[in-house]
Amino acid sequence: MKSDDVPDPVSTLLKQHRGDLRFAMPAGLKEQVLESLPTRRPEPRTPLVWFSLGGGAVAACLSFILVFQLGRMSVSGPSSQTVVDEIVSAHVRSLMVAHIADVDSTDQHTVKPWFEGKIDFAPMVRDFKNEGFPLTGGRLDYVNSRPTAALIYKSNQHFINLLQQPAPPSEQQRLQLQSIRGYQVFAWTKDGMHYWAVSDLNAGELQRFALLWQP
Amino acid sequence: MIRRDDTQFRKLIAPHLSAAYNLARWLTGNDADAADVLQDSSLRAFRYLASLQSDDARAWFFQIVRNTAYTALKRRKVTFELDSDDEVVDERPTADAMLVINADSDILRQALSQLSVADREILLLREFEELKYEEVAEVLQLPLGTVMSRLARARTRLKRAILDREGGI
Repeated sequence: MKSDDVPDPVSTLLKQHRGDLRFAMPAGLKEQVLESLPTRRPEPRTPLVWFSLGGGAVAACLSFILVFQLGRMSVSGPSSQTVVDEIVSAHVRSLMVAHIADVDSTDQHTVKPWFEGKIDFAPMVRDFKNEGFPLTGGRLDYVNSRPTAALIYKSNQHFINLLQQPAPPSEQQRLQLQSIRGYQVFAWTKDGMHYWAVSDLNAGELQRFALLWQP
Repeated sequence: MIRRDDTQFRKLIAPHLSAAYNLARWLTGNDADAADVLQDSSLRAFRYLASLQSDDARAWFFQIVRNTAYTALKRRKVTFELDSDDEVVDERPTADAMLVINADSDILRQALSQLSVADREILLLREFEELKYEEVAEVLQLPLGTVMSRLARARTRLKRAILDREGGI
């Protein structure tokens, strides 16, 4: 389509000089980019290892790992050990730095628009102040090599990070709980979004929070 | 479970890496951020390539690059105008139209650098990359009419910046 019947002089000038004005890609960057691409997308669907371990090991594991298995006995991407580890690390990191939130607001109508233009999906933002989990802010994070929206909630003196990431529309996963290093992580997938709720809250309280997100 | 290799990426995205770098460089203003933006955008494009609906991979990739660049700018807490529609522009059409615009690359580079990010990106997409208006609209997620008016304003402001540098008017 060529709608400029009379070429704008500025347009002409820019086109004339664009060769000089272009920034050349630094040598090797293209190769670096291509090499950094994962050759295979890791989405393991392995059986839940803890259940396939020997009896003694299961008992030992169960003493600190509570697996909330309402659905299938399998773990897909979002509940894989690696991802859950990353979720816990993201939570711990967020508590270590001076400010946990990039946007401090208790107003979901402030937090939700804040994500616009920063990530290519619209996270679900809800406030559960009346249920004892006030929203305190939002943050961008990066989990499993993907941009992730983090919402921060408080429960008394504890923080909860609620992380979200787009999921394939067909994927559904009911609530699953894993405990790592004293932190509880509930993971679920619904309506095209992976969710993780992570906190040092006790599993019962965190489950109450996670259930608020269920229909 | 999707098993994917990088054939699609090499075919659809890799040819635009160089133009994408230029866009990122002009938007972020420095080499390091531009390289980071290109790296992040590529990874993102790779991840989401399966969700690419249109056959215009270039516009789609530019949109990712542009959004990633904005995120980088925000992280750096650089202030920039995302939307310059409300700004009052001194059009002075007749005076400017009379003047012969003639600038060398250096003046153009300086003039382009002093524009807002919003003005700069629309000029880059349209004049450098010669994207169609529809494609620019897709990259910027704006209605076509807004693209046209914003482009006109960006040209006017660039013209003014050039003339100011040349000591014109």
